[in-house]
Amino acid sequence: MTFDFKDKVVLITGAAAGLGYACAQAFAAAGAKLVITDISQEALDQAVENLQQDGTEVLGLLNDASDSADVGAMMAALLARFGRLDIAVNNAGTATPLQEFHEVGEAEFDRVIAVNLKGVWLCMQAEIRQMLKQGGGRIVNMASATSRNTYPHAAPYVTSKFAVAGLTRTVAVDYADRDIRINAICPGNVATPLVVSLVEDLSVLSTKHAIKRLGTPEEVANGVMFLASDLSSFSTGSLLEVDGGWNAI
Amino acid sequence: MKLDNKVVLITGAGGGIGQAAVRKFVSEGAKVMLADIGTEVTQTLVDELGSEHCDCVAVDVAVADQVENMVSATVARFGGIDVFVANAGVEGKIGSIMDTDVANLDKILAINVRGVWLGLHYVMPVMRDAGGGSVIITSSGAGVQGSPNTAGYNSSKHAVIGLMRCAALEVAQFGIRVNTVNPGAVETRMMESIEEGFADAGAGDFRAMVEAVTPLGRYGQPDEIANMMLFLGSDDSSYCTGGVFMVDGGNST
Repeated sequence: MTFDFKDKVVLITGAAAGLGYACAQAFAAAGAKLVITDISQEALDQAVENLQQDGTEVLGLLNDASDSADVGAMMAALLARFGRLDIAVNNAGTATPLQEFHEVGEAEFDRVIAVNLKGVWLCMQAEIRQMLKQGGGRIVNMASATSRNTYPHAAPYVTSKFAVAGLTRTVAVDYADRDIRINAICPGNVATPLVVSLVEDLSVLSTKHAIKRLGTPEEVANGVMFLASDLSSFSTGSLLEVDGGWNAI
Repeated sequence: MKLDNKVVLITGAGGGIGQAAVRKFVSEGAKVMLADIGTEVTQTLVDELGSEHCDCVAVDVAVADQVENMVSATVARFGGIDVFVANAGVEGKIGSIMDTDVANLDKILAINVRGVWLGLHYVMPVMRDAGGGSVIITSSGAGVQGSPNTAGYNSSKHAVIGLMRCAALEVAQFGIRVNTVNPGAVETRMMESIEEGFADAGAGDFRAMVEAVTPLGRYGQPDEIANMMLFLGSDDSSYCTGGVFMVDGGNST
């Protein structure tokens, strides 16, 4: 499909690599102005430089989505530069090393919930406050195939992604009458840096999916673009599966 | 354009969502076969859009021979089938399980479930032999939720989700993707009929009830459903299979 986001201001968290970066590339190709965040300055600088090479206007912000002061500063910087926020992709996420539930440390649980759940919560609050002032906006949250299904030895991550789905659906209802559409995307496994760091043998992951391969970042970005565009004007509170058939099994 | 020279077969092509899907796919460069129970509506649409882009065929989707004929007619006319939209469906009589008869249920299931199964049965071998394709089944918000007075319809729309999931797992190895689109209430003839059915059954003002519980506060337009069909029919959704794609104004939240 041909997506046109010319001059739309798009915020993508956790966008220096992986799915977030793929989304940034896709929105850039469709003409958007970008604000991308990450917790790694070095990776962020590289991503900004790469995106700018094609003439895209990009603001890179070092940011921890789980820190409310940081999120406040992010929105202030975004508004100072672009004055508005049309689309937000809440993508920043993390995971613990795969381990049995009884061995997960409290701090590890807290960290995953802080980034994956509280981070989405804080960002959505900041984004929605701005979108209410503007009279509308679009939000796409990065959920997961494990927002509906399970994965062995990944209790903190799966718990956080179930929560993101519930949060998305609930908040979507709250703002449906004010032209703020909120949906989530549920990817299957993609060979992102996060996944590669956690799983030794990626071929094991392929068997989870009816399409016996991993997804690509671009395939996930396609779904994000669809949800952020007017093509999905009757969708809110929905979970768009881009999971190679994982949830059919 | 996204679907240049792709061949799309759509059942229920004369209905509200079907017509919107036909227009959408033709506008993206596809060759489209319009299938419906008669050809009065579909022929008019073919005449309007141009017979070089589309054609029509009559089919009762519940009858195996006719479905087989529909598939072979499509292949004969356009050389294959890349996208199959199994969209034909009926709402049946509105009324409670106690107050409606089993003939009503049988008719709904014959068209909405048996008809989809037959479509898959005859279309998927064509796609397999060609190396792949995309199947889109029209389920419904009623496929994931219950509601009084529409048990037959809801049962049928739940059933095709199970059918879709099984099909997706069977044919992923052949490069065929299978998904459902689940519209909420959409501005169509079928919805007018459901509204009348509710009024006749003394079951209330259907439209007012739906709008009150739909977060976006309105019916959808056929075009909004067709957009999702186009996404699923195109290579943009190359990693989507076995999925339930809600386009329901948030109703299922």
